[in-house]
Amino acid sequence: MAKKLPKTDIVLAGVGWTGGIIAAELTRKGYKVVGLERGKERKTEDYLMVHDELRYQQRNEMMQDLSKETLTVRHDRTKRALPYRQHGSFLIGDGVGGSGEHWNGLTYRFFPYDFEIYTKTVERYGKDKIPADMPLQDWGITYDELVPYFEKFETMAGISGEANPHPEVPEVKYPTVPLKETPSMKMFREASKNLGYHPYIAPAATLSESYTNPDGISRGACQYCGFCERFGCEYGAKASPVVTVLPVAKETGNFEVRTHCVVRKVLHTNGKATGVLYVDTRTGEEYIQEADVVVVSAYVLNNIRILLNSKLGRPYNPETGTGVIGKNYAYQMTSAASTGFFKDKEFNLYAGTGALAGVLDDFNGDNFDHTDLNFIHGGNIALGHYGKRPISNNSVPKGTPGWGKEFKDESIFWANRSLSVGSQGSVMPNKENYIDLDPTYKDQFGDPLIRMTFNYKDNERNQQKYIREITTKILEEMGADMITTPGDQGDWDTTKYQTTHNTGGVIMGADPETSALNNYLQMWDCENVFVPGANAFPHNSGMNPTGTVGALAYRAAEGIEKYLKNGGSLV
Amino acid sequence: MSEQDKKTPILDKRSSRRTFIKNSGLTVGGVVLGGALGSLLGKDSTKTKTIESHVHSEATAVNFNQALMYFDKTQFDTIEAAAEQIFPKTDVGPGAKELLVAYFIDHQLASNWGLNAKEYMTGPFFPTEATALFGHQTHLNRQQIFNLGIEALNAEAQKNYDNNFAALNEDDQIAILTAFEADEVTLNGAVTSGFFFRLLKSATIEGVYADPLYGGNKNMEGWKMKNFPGHQMSYANIIEKDEFVKMDPMSLNSQHNH
Repeated sequence: MAKKLPKTDIVLAGVGWTGGIIAAELTRKGYKVVGLERGKERKTEDYLMVHDELRYQQRNEMMQDLSKETLTVRHDRTKRALPYRQHGSFLIGDGVGGSGEHWNGLTYRFFPYDFEIYTKTVERYGKDKIPADMPLQDWGITYDELVPYFEKFETMAGISGEANPHPEVPEVKYPTVPLKETPSMKMFREASKNLGYHPYIAPAATLSESYTNPDGISRGACQYCGFCERFGCEYGAKASPVVTVLPVAKETGNFEVRTHCVVRKVLHTNGKATGVLYVDTRTGEEYIQEADVVVVSAYVLNNIRILLNSKLGRPYNPETGTGVIGKNYAYQMTSAASTGFFKDKEFNLYAGTGALAGVLDDFNGDNFDHTDLNFIHGGNIALGHYGKRPISNNSVPKGTPGWGKEFKDESIFWANRSLSVGSQGSVMPNKENYIDLDPTYKDQFGDPLIRMTFNYKDNERNQQKYIREITTKILEEMGADMITTPGDQGDWDTTKYQTTHNTGGVIMGADPETSALNNYLQMWDCENVFVPGANAFPHNSGMNPTGTVGALAYRAAEGIEKYLKNGGSLV
Repeated sequence: MSEQDKKTPILDKRSSRRTFIKNSGLTVGGVVLGGALGSLLGKDSTKTKTIESHVHSEATAVNFNQALMYFDKTQFDTIEAAAEQIFPKTDVGPGAKELLVAYFIDHQLASNWGLNAKEYMTGPFFPTEATALFGHQTHLNRQQIFNLGIEALNAEAQKNYDNNFAALNEDDQIAILTAFEADEVTLNGAVTSGFFFRLLKSATIEGVYADPLYGGNKNMEGWKMKNFPGHQMSYANIIEKDEFVKMDPMSLNSQHNH
């Protein structure tokens, strides 16, 4: 029998960016918050031995132990789903801070177009532009309404950046100056400008200079050590929950974090949650934590799983297109990347930081005319200077064998002489891309795993083909001696790392029939459950999602306070 | 930040600062190198020299790490020879053998990696149904896959050249590995020769370039070839430079126990 614990105001299932933001905002208003975190406690001192590519990158030190819980994957409904046995295409973080510890720190705002994508697409191109199997939806909130929340996140994290010069993109003033520009980024800037594009230095959560945020938290500048994404920051220069919002919450005395605690279910009766059922994996004991408000604040995929296993909300049915939990799962694409080889140049590519990049949005969102194109949306185009570590970076020109003498000598020669211009391709929702419960495979407690049914559709493949030509053109203009591209986007490869920008599954919107959450991230079907995170995105844009996730978390925090004061559905 | 927040700061800035220094080691008040490494880093520059000389004296001493945790002698010889073909000695620098990659692989197989301890290894398994896009779908762990792969490398060598793999000449070894890569050899278990080959190849590259603490990348020679500086505190003064900056690499050992 699970042991019942005294009721609290708010319980969090997961203590990463969204849980941390909500904890900071609500504890400072005097509410009691209990955070349940499946992983361990984290602090900056943990990263004393962090410059270890094998441990952190190859062996996924900071990621979820998949022996206890994973998901299953397949390309379409006719196939048997197989377990995602090893980390590959994406990385599910765990531990206090969650993915906010091992992220790169690229912090964008989704475009005004994104939040009203259905309306704006129909306005400009007509209804026929949207394929029948693409459940494209507005988000139930506009960019203008979200601006104050974006500002909150950027000010808290101290985002370093310059204004995006593209005329279609709203101007943003960042609290700290942009990161340093490397010679290769300058080449990218010049070449892109020559081609008529609008390059700029990407907005970064890896601080360009010392910064004290409105909570009084000071952090030092990034040292460009070259170990950032998949790693924790030993300087605290990269904004993470552990060095920003969590200390604020703890300082109030109203916040308690329980680590090594896995939430199995949200408990609910008559359309209202009573609390959560969780297991302390150190003692093996089960507990019920009752609360006035339950916030499901784990990683996207775990949020979907908790709701499905709790039988909360209506599961999505791909046959009929009805139901909402598991609907509009989306991802991103990276196959538009081109690599240029420069035989007479040598760059300091071992240096860098996770958010150091030159970027442009000329082929992103609806910033270009899609009238004669066979897709909607697009992707950003960037030259990153993230730090090239030697195990995982072995670029060789096309035609080079994959091993042996030639591979060795070529991979060493080009190690500091090759540059990639990549793109984060947006992925639109498709009726057949969704999440449900797997009928066969179980986790450590015997609960069903989730099953991901996903593949790239025509819209996405056409988009990457188009953008690949641009990335190649930029490298030509930069003076590359040779250029290689990965070729057309094939079926989704679950083994090769692409991006940890999984989105959707518990989406927000204006209509309870077609969305799970209202624009406060409050469940339509259960008013004291909030589900902040990228799970709320009805589609995925062509840029990193964390800036938008952070803004939505501040929005949810405001909603939770309103709910605790007045009750009821907020919309 | 909203007007309301400005009026009601919950945290007193001065007291919270002190707490942060004490409890979390965060950088405060514009100190740049205040993080976990900063406390060690900031001491003085003579540290670097001490470390250098330490590394050099170790290099000439006995390497107690050169012993086997998992392989038997035949298995070790087979993997040492195969890894050398994947990453051979050339004019550019040493190959897998000199870099002690086979010891790295041996030690990794003895660790939780060899047992797939942090991976989902619950059945049912459908190895023949899975395309390469779905990765590891066999019930076998990496120790078992290496056992089968090594057995098959030697069986192929015996069948075609009447000798063990390690005793063959370069061309014959390459021919066998090429057949493995192309899935042309049948392993006596639920795994393909191509899967084993890819595992061996990635482990070889890891052994060349992982921090020497894991037993390969001898004396950081792998890093030196590639001009990778390893564990360095800061590139803030290098990041904008036009010219390529070469530096002596440092390993994590330089961070620890000095």
